[in-house]
Amino acid sequence: MGKRVGLEVSFAASEAVRLANVDVIAAYPITPQTHIEFVPVESEHSAMSVCTGAAAVGARTFTCTSSQGLILMSEIVYCTAPMRLPVVMVLANRSLSNPISIWNDHTDVMSIRDCGWIQYFAENGQDVFDHVLISYRVGEDRDVMLPVIVNMDGFNLSHVIEPVELLDQETVDRFLPVFKPEVVLDPARPVTMGAIVLPTCYTETKKAQDEAVKASMPAILKIWKEFGDLTGRYYHPIEEYRTEGAEVLLVTMGGIGETAMWAVDQMREQGRSVGLLKIRLWRPFPFKEFRKVALKAKILVVVDRAVSYGGPGGPVASELRSALYDEPKRPHVVNFIAGLASRDVAPVDFIAMVDKAEGTLQKGMGPEYEIYGVRE
Amino acid sequence: MEKLNVYAAKLVPKNENFAQGHRACQGCAEALALRQIGKALGKNVITASATGCMEVISSPFPFTSWNTPWIHVAFENAAAVASGAESGLKALMRKRRIPERKIFVLALAGDGGTSDIGVQALSGALERGHDFLYICTDNEAYMNTGIQRSSATPFGAATTTSPAGKVVPGQVTWKKNMAAIAAAHDIPYVATACPSYPFDLMEKVKKGARARGPAYTYIHVLAVCPTGWRSAPDLSIRLGRLAVETGIFPLYEVVDGDYRITVDVPKLRPVEEYFRLQERRWVGENNGSEGNRWDSETVRE
Repeated sequence: MGKRVGLEVSFAASEAVRLANVDVIAAYPITPQTHIEFVPVESEHSAMSVCTGAAAVGARTFTCTSSQGLILMSEIVYCTAPMRLPVVMVLANRSLSNPISIWNDHTDVMSIRDCGWIQYFAENGQDVFDHVLISYRVGEDRDVMLPVIVNMDGFNLSHVIEPVELLDQETVDRFLPVFKPEVVLDPARPVTMGAIVLPTCYTETKKAQDEAVKASMPAILKIWKEFGDLTGRYYHPIEEYRTEGAEVLLVTMGGIGETAMWAVDQMREQGRSVGLLKIRLWRPFPFKEFRKVALKAKILVVVDRAVSYGGPGGPVASELRSALYDEPKRPHVVNFIAGLASRDVAPVDFIAMVDKAEGTLQKGMGPEYEIYGVRE
Repeated sequence: MEKLNVYAAKLVPKNENFAQGHRACQGCAEALALRQIGKALGKNVITASATGCMEVISSPFPFTSWNTPWIHVAFENAAAVASGAESGLKALMRKRRIPERKIFVLALAGDGGTSDIGVQALSGALERGHDFLYICTDNEAYMNTGIQRSSATPFGAATTTSPAGKVVPGQVTWKKNMAAIAAAHDIPYVATACPSYPFDLMEKVKKGARARGPAYTYIHVLAVCPTGWRSAPDLSIRLGRLAVETGIFPLYEVVDGDYRITVDVPKLRPVEEYFRLQERRWVGENNGSEGNRWDSETVRE
């Protein structure tokens, strides 16, 4: 088994990339991703293009970015998935301009929600390390062949030193075989990639792409199980913490889940019926696993890290509401948008949100969402 | 096939790497250029194409004109996708995952995809020194989207976004000199070419593919577009020749920084001979301000 060391999380990510024996890395420096090693493209747009071209000839590729960098490359992020090229990206989640802010929330990734990549949210350094390796294994699976994003909270995770259990090369090699795609750009077997598709067939390509993302779920579950058997660390699309008998469930995605665990412990000590539901897999969305946990509660307190201006709420809450809409007996969803640009979300804030949600429920339906903790 | 001009046309390979049956307009010299490039490079090539006329006409799913491996990703990133393909091949050969052999990587883009939206990715790739050929096929406007001006549209040419009328004489800026911009990256080989001079074009492509150095080749190809230039489709070859013979589009190469004219035209024809065959209304002798207009004198300089 591997050794446990104190590591800055972005170094843990690059260590995983090294162990994965990646062939081509293209990245452009942006705060807070800077610590990961990069080869010098002139922009994130070209970083993603280089990865796409390299993956097309059969190379294992990696890029990492954040915020403005992501939305600059987003055009090509959308191109990669339908071409079924399993690029892996670590995304240090950061807010978007303007005003410019280098700090952490989920505004960047929500702008590419529908890009067709598999998307994980990591909670801690170990998650990041493990999921870089898992992402290659999943993305390159013959039944999947899709690019994968590992979301890692910028600064709050990327720049934090955490205990991370590294794996040795032998274990990684056993888990992650050499990438051998079936279709590559090869003069011996010419193929045309990225052809123009007219309206007669475009719908069919999109249906195929949707099916591909949905069909990746069994492979993800199988590979998580295999990784767990190998390392003792088992991952699930929806992680539960003290949910047994809980009437209220906090719902988080990413690093703030660990803080929410503290809050849940405190509330449980006070005898309150509160648990925590953490979404690890964002795409494909685990409807079955989510409903199984959520339907046992009366209130879901969903903490979003991005705003949909003038819309129905934070992107996570909106989706959860949809996922529950057809259920005859569904929990009340209360949505708070918190932790924008690394504004602290402390255990006391989670408790305040739960208090407020319970109050809202007693008074009847509240507003669609509230931006929490605004100084007035 | 070192010197096609000296040897003979029959030395040009018969097989077509860019197949017929594509959807280009009648008289499209750009498709002709691709055909010639395909003959010059042979089978051992991977092509990354930018969005544009050539991408659209050559790959209408489920058909393809590409008998060699081909990829299209987006408009502005042909140079970056080619950089990736080249880096990937290099890494895979180094790790002995694929056999060590020479595979040419070709990036193809139009004038918009090169001198406007793609100039950043191109400059980055040339600066980083990838082993690839970049060929711009320049039809002097955004023809695929409906004849809008680009920075490669020549002074005085009318397009839908630089219309010529009483107030504005058509395009009011001079054509961006992309070959000079490429040469400013100090790459080993830069050339201009035109499919009206097929042997010259093919020789340059072969020469560029063989160029040695950290960074490779940029070739700027003038591609007559009857649809956008509003010229007769059967005059495309003649127009290409006139562009060279009037001195408007000189054919030269820059080898390690040294400029050399490859098709010498001792006595230039008057520019009007070239303009006359196109209805994209060029600025005539009465248009344009002093020192800012087309005439044979300026061209000669």
